Amino acid sequence: MSPATLRPNSVAEVQEAVRTERHLLPCGGGSKPALLTPGEGQTVLDMTGLGQVLEYDPGEYVLVTQAGARLSEVEALLAQHGQYLPFDPPLGQQGATLGGTVAAGLSGPMRQRYGGVRDFILGVQFVDGVGQLVRGGGKVVKNAAGFDLPKLMVGSLGRLGILTELAFKVFPLPKATATLRVAFPGLEAALEALYKLAGSPIELYALDLEPPATLTLRLGGLAEALPARLERLQAFLGRDGERLEGEAETAYWRSLNDLNLGEGALVKVTLTARHIPALEAALGPAPRRYLSAGHLLYLAWDGELDALERLLGAQGLSGLVLRGSTHRPQIGIDLSQAMAHKVTQALDPQGRFARQPYAAQD
Amino acid sequence: MSPVLAELERLFPPGRLLHKPGELAPYESDALTAFRARPLAVVLPESHEEVVQAVRWCVRHQIPYVARGSGTSLSGGSLPIEGGLLIGLNRMNKLLRLDPRERIAVVQPGFINLQVSQAAAPYGLYYAPDPSSQPVSTIGGNLAFNSGGAHCLKYGMTSNHVLAAKVVLPDGETVVLGSESLENTGPDWLGLFVGSEGLLGIATEVTLRLLPKPETYHTVLAAYDSLAKAGEAVAAVVASGLLPGAMEIMDSLAIEAAEAAVKAGYPLEARALLIVELEGETPQVEAEARHLEAVIRKSGAYEVRVARSSEERMKIWKGRKAAFSAVGRLSPDYIVQDGVVPRSRLGQALAEIEQLSARYGLRVANVFHAGDGNLHPLILYNGRVPGELERAEALAGEILKLCVALGGSITGEHGVGMEKKAYMSEMFAEADLEAMRRIRRALDPLELSNRGKMFPGEAPALRFQGVHPLEQAGVISRE
Ligand SMILES: Cc1cc2nc3c(=O)[nH]c(=O)nc-3n(C[C@H](O)[C@H](O)[C@H](O)COP(=O)(O)OP(=O)(O)OC[C@H]3O[C@@H](n4cnc5c(N)ncnc54)[C@H](O)[C@@H]3O)c2cc1C
Repeated sequence: MSPATLRPNSVAEVQEAVRTERHLLPCGGGSKPALLTPGEGQTVLDMTGLGQVLEYDPGEYVLVTQAGARLSEVEALLAQHGQYLPFDPPLGQQGATLGGTVAAGLSGPMRQRYGGVRDFILGVQFVDGVGQLVRGGGKVVKNAAGFDLPKLMVGSLGRLGILTELAFKVFPLPKATATLRVAFPGLEAALEALYKLAGSPIELYALDLEPPATLTLRLGGLAEALPARLERLQAFLGRDGERLEGEAETAYWRSLNDLNLGEGALVKVTLTARHIPALEAALGPAPRRYLSAGHLLYLAWDGELDALERLLGAQGLSGLVLRGSTHRPQIGIDLSQAMAHKVTQALDPQGRFARQPYAAQD
Repeated sequence: MSPVLAELERLFPPGRLLHKPGELAPYESDALTAFRARPLAVVLPESHEEVVQAVRWCVRHQIPYVARGSGTSLSGGSLPIEGGLLIGLNRMNKLLRLDPRERIAVVQPGFINLQVSQAAAPYGLYYAPDPSSQPVSTIGGNLAFNSGGAHCLKYGMTSNHVLAAKVVLPDGETVVLGSESLENTGPDWLGLFVGSEGLLGIATEVTLRLLPKPETYHTVLAAYDSLAKAGEAVAAVVASGLLPGAMEIMDSLAIEAAEAAVKAGYPLEARALLIVELEGETPQVEAEARHLEAVIRKSGAYEVRVARSSEERMKIWKGRKAAFSAVGRLSPDYIVQDGVVPRSRLGQALAEIEQLSARYGLRVANVFHAGDGNLHPLILYNGRVPGELERAEALAGEILKLCVALGGSITGEHGVGMEKKAYMSEMFAEADLEAMRRIRRALDPLELSNRGKMFPGEAPALRFQGVHPLEQAGVISRE
């Protein structure tokens, strides 16, 4: 039986749904289906009815939207003014919304330059588990008043409240970009270069490692400085690599944001470069890409998710399943941590947003 | 001695448990000296376990407590609670680990901000957040307030540079929030903790992210014949798509004072000075500098200077960094405010502050982080003139309301603390504050941890006390 779905068109309707439905699962564009497997008796709340851009003054570099706003539309609007979301959220072409992006806590390769979604969220409005509308943060680029609820919501997966409105800091798009793909003789050499780059004053928009041993590096900035910087980068690495420029370069990075890595479940893993050698030894043929100097891994996993959980657990790592069939998308995450448990209960005392088995404090 | 204190004496040796009036005096206020309170006792733990013991003791006896770093809070955040315990963390001041390859530093909470960059310097790394109290303020205090500085425009505040923290929750339980990774799965508990002003627990170990030092700086000083023009220049630089590392403004009162204090060589007749600093890879900075020059030229600056050497750069910054304490010399006393406005409203905000200043008959100097709209109006008053302190606080309150009315915030980096808690309801609705209170009570049902701060409620009376001893001694200056 397909689950009941509600599609609110206003914040008041979201509040109403929270007050009347026993169990709710908020849903954005559906681009991360593993996070959307409804449990028994769970009503799906389709948030795409709240899809407006509420405030955008390009001179202010601040954007306020409803949570159901589509990433692709927002990014197109920003691009018209030469601006972008520097955390480079994935899955825009798959219909991802800003609310879903924040709830899943997803950033892309360009997070390397200025930071991830947590570093750009300024304000949040959400409906808590008792139907109250709550605001945190603000709409200015700097603000230290009150608890940082906007950051708290990053990665909250709808568990702490239904996001209705979000404010972000945005940045000017680099006027020009160029990419260098450099193959190394082996993983060890590639990692050595990765560390050397990450510790150098060379400012990269992306610093990706593609197994087995290729670094893909993106430079951005003023067009007149780019040729000199590319040469310096090549000299720094002692390798020429393969250059990507122009339309092909933009298309390359755009297509990466689809996260079409290969067959199987799509999993986000958080780590540091230190974990890469052991993972590389253990992950076998699973298609994968390490982003942001080894701090973020996107992985396609065709086997049992339990096996992946054991494998990650052995490294002390956790992950989030984004695509694939599972009732338990959070793997290797300690959900019983005392702060988590208590704050969750504070915002959702009746377990309205809990996953099965329903508990006030999962 | 009371049995309760005797129990504390079994946990902390003499010298690390202070309870005689003379011993307590240095802890009675923070850098907002108009507030003062005497704690029951001060303990100086040297380990995580001792912090846990102190917190458990407070829970057992329902005694409220305040964690304290160097006590430089400008908002009364580290003001003790009358009859409560003060947990001083200055002895937990070790650098536990510096890993240049992973670019992280693990420190105890009492470690001093500037020392992080000093320890990282041999590896070409630095710790980005640079509050001007950085020679004395602690990482624990920085975390609690999400502190910022002149160079937080591009890479963010403290919160954007903290990877993990070991935290003693208000019930004495320990949790580790975050990890060494910049990415996270699950709600960002560390994000909630940073900036929670000591209400949600005490950090006993903090993992910080280090950045590679920029290759080049390009520092420009532009002089204007009006404050409004300097404000518009900031908007123009932002709109041009340049992303400077810092953008700061000083008004004529501040210029005059800074010049008298440190002879930075500023143009004295200027009504406003704008400092813009580009940083990054040399070829990029050189190209950006040409664009910046065009923007500044169009902005109506009547004089533009570019630092040609690192000495000239340091001189420009010296004037800026000294401006606060220098303004202090123009007046016996002053209050610093910390409101934020949208950058396009800077001109309007400054004009209205000028009118308020005239109406209250108190001089206001402006030295501020223009690039992110973070104002720092310095309200000059004389505490010995009856009623002036109250008038200054009332003017400060009007400025905060103005910032909120313009779509901004009551604080950009100094925190709400004791001073601004009455203005929280200007910015947040009751439901917002109630949700924050529920989070607080879930972790701390007795509201022991930093009781009486951040949330609206009764505030103690202001009393004139003079400037902070460290400031008087010239060790620190306000930004
Ligand atoms: C001259 C001067 C200049 C300043 N310049 C700036 C500036 O440029 N930018 C800026 O942002 N601020 C500035 N400040 C404000 C102040 O320095 C910062 O807020 C600083 O972070 C406080 O650090 P501290 O060690 O003195 O903390 P304290 O004042 O001792 O404590 C501040 C708060 O942190 C809590 N706390 C302390 N340690 C811990 C811990 N381990 N765990 C949990 N909570 C803890 C306390 O309870 C209190 O609420 C300035 C202050 C002065 C006096």
